[in-house]
Amino acid sequence: MILADFLLAQPWFVWLILLPLGGAASTFVLPRRVAPIGFCCALLILAGAVFSVCQLTATGSLTQAAGHWSAPLGIVLRADGLAVVMLATTAGVGFIISCYALGYFPARGHEPSRARYFWPLWLFVWAGCNALYVSADLFNLYVTLEIVTLAAVALTALEGGAPAVGAALRYLLTSLVGSLTYLAGVALLYAGWGTVDLSLLSQVLTEDPLSRTAMALMICGLLLKSALFPLHFWLPPAHGKAPAPVSAILSALVVKTAYVVLLRLWFEVFASFDRAMTAHLLGALGSAAIIWGSLMALRQERLKLLIAYSTVAQIGYLFLVFPLAGAETAATVWTAVILFMVAHACGKAAMFLVAGTIQQTAGHDRISQMAGAGGPIGVLAVVFALASVTIIGLPPSGGFFAKWLLLNAALATGQWWYCPVILTGSLLAAAYVTRVLSWAFLDVRRNVCPVSSRVMKWPPLALCLVALLLGLAAYGPVRVALTGAPVTGHVLVEQRP
Amino acid sequence: MNDLSVYAAAGILLFFIGLYALFFRRQLLRKILAANVMGSGVFLIFIGLVKQPGQSTDPVPQAMVLTGIIVTLCFTAAAIALAIRLKELNEEHHSATRPEDDFG
Repeated sequence: MILADFLLAQPWFVWLILLPLGGAASTFVLPRRVAPIGFCCALLILAGAVFSVCQLTATGSLTQAAGHWSAPLGIVLRADGLAVVMLATTAGVGFIISCYALGYFPARGHEPSRARYFWPLWLFVWAGCNALYVSADLFNLYVTLEIVTLAAVALTALEGGAPAVGAALRYLLTSLVGSLTYLAGVALLYAGWGTVDLSLLSQVLTEDPLSRTAMALMICGLLLKSALFPLHFWLPPAHGKAPAPVSAILSALVVKTAYVVLLRLWFEVFASFDRAMTAHLLGALGSAAIIWGSLMALRQERLKLLIAYSTVAQIGYLFLVFPLAGAETAATVWTAVILFMVAHACGKAAMFLVAGTIQQTAGHDRISQMAGAGGPIGVLAVVFALASVTIIGLPPSGGFFAKWLLLNAALATGQWWYCPVILTGSLLAAAYVTRVLSWAFLDVRRNVCPVSSRVMKWPPLALCLVALLLGLAAYGPVRVALTGAPVTGHVLVEQRP
Repeated sequence: MNDLSVYAAAGILLFFIGLYALFFRRQLLRKILAANVMGSGVFLIFIGLVKQPGQSTDPVPQAMVLTGIIVTLCFTAAAIALAIRLKELNEEHHSATRPEDDFG
């Protein structure tokens, strides 16, 4: 009993920030033990995330003033439903990516330096993500976004070739523009209202030209960082050229960080504004992203670029939330988007990991030359198909339930035109996945392929199964996501004819 | 117009000059410099808009700007390191096989 009270009283979400930071720093002190340190950190973070989910369900959302300096002056950290779901997703997906990375970057291989740089940078990304989810302060959100971006850029350049370094540089400059634009918005808000704390701002903020300009600047900056069409130009080369575990980290976790900030701004800070036009603009761009990203994915010659364009399309779904969030559908879209982020993180990470295994087995990732690889690629292609079930949105995956909730919200708010967009996106996703599968199974002439290690086969399969069965256990994440959420209402809205 | 909003106006001007140069200049070094100009613009807006005349100086935006300067410095260092590496790689490539298009 005393132990349970002690465990419940710990600020676990703070440990989730400090652990990866400490781990990353200690890899510089012990450069020969990078992989064990990184893996131990991943295990501990997973345990911490489990504790923080238990804590949230037991006591509700928690706040912690950093250094006991309270709101207007200090930085408030807050673990509400959204934050804890994202912490847990990052911990789960990150743990499995870490397992895979043990096999992908062998410490005693011919390129030990890649493992030495991968682990500290990955732990920095992880610390930045965790800190971002729990920040309740606009300026701290900026700083954490920058930590994530800087480490992610370095991870992108890990491959080392000119295309990868070029893609990393473009990623860096683009996100620098995005974050400076966001920071300009923060400056305007501070000038007008004298605080950057989310909850204080949402109490005092009134609609005037200054705050509307700030809103426009912050949304533009975050759109650039979350790669919404037509600002997605930096994403496919960066995600396609990086090593497979890095692509998984970037596509599954890093892209979502800017979106989480946007979600917090939209539903908390600027909740009282008249934003119908902005919402419809974001919805239109999201729809364009779904169609354009899927069509581009259909045309790609390389598997990893195909998956990267699929990410562009899937980001589009996240932005349908803004027009669909009506008075009574707010809880529906809030649940839908969180479920979608979790499902996409699992599915997309699994796709990139299995693409990495295919690349190492076959020696390339050209889709048209996968024909005839037979046995070893055939099994991996099945894992790829399982991972794509949630991306397409077939039941019982998490992606299916998220899309179902979005359709429900579209019908309940009378915006039926989003329904064909959502369904066309699913159809196109099925088309580009089937294209990969059709090549892989076309011809069963067997080539000699190196046998990939177990640690590179099982992690993607585990992630696939999580994504696939998420729909059946959706009640858990939905209940956690609605704890302390800034929305009220029913999750499923009844349809009226 | 008081003297502080002159700073803010200059900041807005710098922001857009940097944004323009970042998109329309082709050389990498100019792009990196343009990002720095943009950053300086944002910091000027921060300091220029926040300080109301007649009151004592608010230290919070100064702390924030200082943090922002450090972040921009890190980004510039990373960008320059990547640009140098890219140039080396392109030169190797150049001498080895075929002319490669210059990034940027």
